[in-house]
Amino acid sequence: MHWWFPSNASSVGGQVDSLFYVILYITGAVFVLVEAALLVFLVRYRRRDGRRATYVEGSTKAEIIWTTIPAVILVSLALFSQPLWSKIKNTDTYPANADRIGVEAKQFEWRFTYPGPDGKLGTDDDFMKKDELHLVVNRDYVFELTSRDVVHDFFIPAFRIKQDAVPGMTIRVWVRPTVPGTYELACAELCGLGHYRMRAQVIVQTDSAYAAWLQSQGVAASSAPAPAATPTASEGTP
Amino acid sequence: MTAHATAASHAAHDDRPFIRKYVFSTDHKTIGIQFLFLSLFFLLVGGLLAMGIRWQLGFPGQPMPLGGWLPQSVAPGGVVAPKTYNSLVTMHGTFMIFFAVMPLLVGVFANYLIPLKIGAPDMAFPRLNMWSFWLMIPSGGLMLASLFVLGGSSAAGWTVYAPLSGTPDYSGVHLGQQLWCVSIVIFGLSSLLGSVNYITTVINLRAPGMHWFRLPLSVWALFITAVLAILAVPILAGAVIMLLFDQTIGTHFFQPDVGGQPLMWQHLFWFFGHPEVYILILPAMGIASDIIANGARKPIFGYSSMVYAMIAIAFLGFIVWGHHMFQSGMNPTLASTFMVSTIVIAVPSAIKVFNWLGTLWRGSIHFTTPMLNALAFVAMFIIGGLSGIFMASTPVDMYIHGTYFIVAHIHYVLFGGSLFAVFAGIYFWYPKMFGRRMSERWGKVHFVLTFVFYNLTFFPMHILGVGGEMRRIYDPTVYDFLRPLQPINVFITVNAFLLGLSQLVFAVNFIGSLFKGEKAERNPWHDTGLEWTTASPPPHGNFPETPHVYHGPYEYSVPGMAEDFLPVNTPPAKEVA
Repeated sequence: MHWWFPSNASSVGGQVDSLFYVILYITGAVFVLVEAALLVFLVRYRRRDGRRATYVEGSTKAEIIWTTIPAVILVSLALFSQPLWSKIKNTDTYPANADRIGVEAKQFEWRFTYPGPDGKLGTDDDFMKKDELHLVVNRDYVFELTSRDVVHDFFIPAFRIKQDAVPGMTIRVWVRPTVPGTYELACAELCGLGHYRMRAQVIVQTDSAYAAWLQSQGVAASSAPAPAATPTASEGTP
Repeated sequence: MTAHATAASHAAHDDRPFIRKYVFSTDHKTIGIQFLFLSLFFLLVGGLLAMGIRWQLGFPGQPMPLGGWLPQSVAPGGVVAPKTYNSLVTMHGTFMIFFAVMPLLVGVFANYLIPLKIGAPDMAFPRLNMWSFWLMIPSGGLMLASLFVLGGSSAAGWTVYAPLSGTPDYSGVHLGQQLWCVSIVIFGLSSLLGSVNYITTVINLRAPGMHWFRLPLSVWALFITAVLAILAVPILAGAVIMLLFDQTIGTHFFQPDVGGQPLMWQHLFWFFGHPEVYILILPAMGIASDIIANGARKPIFGYSSMVYAMIAIAFLGFIVWGHHMFQSGMNPTLASTFMVSTIVIAVPSAIKVFNWLGTLWRGSIHFTTPMLNALAFVAMFIIGGLSGIFMASTPVDMYIHGTYFIVAHIHYVLFGGSLFAVFAGIYFWYPKMFGRRMSERWGKVHFVLTFVFYNLTFFPMHILGVGGEMRRIYDPTVYDFLRPLQPINVFITVNAFLLGLSQLVFAVNFIGSLFKGEKAERNPWHDTGLEWTTASPPPHGNFPETPHVYHGPYEYSVPGMAEDFLPVNTPPAKEVA
């Protein structure tokens, strides 16, 4: 039974998980302490005959203590989060030599445009593959994420990466897969009738396996766009 | 018993015709009670929609019990269709937020309590107040009607993100989304009329001696909430009108292919949407504060810091909306500033929790039904507040954004927080509203069942979220990585049904007590507030003569007094005796 994070397969996933655990331990400790205090008070100060509540209006000292401590902890959490965020999402810091792949989201499929043998996007030898993303392990990728219709979200749980695809915008997403395997890409923003089945496979392979796959594709074979995914009758009629 | 004699004599003088007294009434108490019935009805509607969602998630693709009664276009063979599922999710959120929790907190308690608690005969603008209720009828009616029109109701989520919501070709929804928009604009008008009234009433109609810092925290909270609503709701109304124009008269505010900007919808929506979160929690904090002080028989700990914390939350609430948009394509540097403001808003929330604990400390805690619900509010708000910190951290948010972790968080705040406070408030002020008491025994049964099944329903959702399960997906078993989580979904569904069934206890107690409940005296909870110094229910005009206030709101267990509470209108001379 697997009831926790999917195992991490990207260069940044480990750091995201660590940050999650830091917050989990801090909030977990606060949770236990505060709820325990609440329970102790409920038992200890329950109504009993012959005992009156003590008239206390407050304490400035206590207020200062319980304002300062959470403030310090919380602001340090923000400071602690910032470098990782900047590393993942700040496009200025992305590796310059990263491979580029075009990712276009549309109802209800993912279209990946590979640069072809010349290694450049936007040239004649580009080819398109639907719902199948092939990556080489330990190589940097920058996806150029677009949407043709509505807002979608590019979510690869095993990579801990999530980014909305917004029509009218090109958003760059950096990823470095570190473990070979087959993972799932999900749409994580409600995008219409077929949102739930807008998934793709992410295949992370070795350099040689990738080269063999590239060979098997034959540039001409898959450059024709696939037909649009239309909703089926059972999903409800527009 | 003199209480009843007074009430009866006043009722005798009240010669308003039936329609002015019970239907188009300008009496704030009647309006508050009208809001109570209306919003409990919508709570039921929202709850039933949630049952549909849970059935599909627990048992995807299997015919729903009674699903055969639904039209084939909605549920072929009794199985929820994907589009129906999207509508269920959308309308559950819409009904719960706009038509159940917000009117329960603001429509009911602001209306009923503000004049009574500040010693005023009624609201500053009774007619506006009547309109604010009667506008909710077309608003809620249109929203209900949208469930039955061709093409179905809105299916773009309660946040109705453009361009999915604005383009029928993308969503398959035509009229349903337009009705949604019109309904929300009318709702906004209702909310504004109410807010103007609450603000004016609190500023102008306080009884002599009721200084600002003698206001009960519930009144402070409702006042601050009204200020939030008056600043935030017009933004929503404006944005929704733009969306409606996109659908109907060919504008392109949110259509990217002709120069519009989808992210603008998100900014406008969340500029309203985040203050809305505090509109839904501040009154709950106020109600819980009043009831906790009463139940612990102690003054609220750190009254003034409680007030300042609410003001800080209200102010900061306007500069944190971007935390809903960390992964939206908004500039990541801007996201960093929103992370800091979001982290900072946790501080005043923490202050409030510590002050509630301080109030309980060395108290004499009476475990009445309202008190149990108020304590549950604190216990659950702690969880909801702490889980919010995960989302505030931008890199962690990247993983849990849009997953069941968020669903768990919002329900810990809105159900565990707001709704427990609503239950506390209903149990507490029911005797004042109706002159009869709800059964304490059945109230406690309802509390225990709700508390247990609530936690069994929503706590496991955190685990689903960590497992990566996205919200708003029709069938999680489509994904390999989610299939192992399915037993948790089944567990949640079973508990959600039990949680829903437990509310029958409340319904029977609420309705039954209207007729059979024990007659209530003026002050059954031995509370210090002004509303308890008049009859139950109070006559038209509330107080036989304008009360004078001499004390702060939470004078419980004052040393040297025989009684353990000092009503705020007790003249100082009598105090010693």
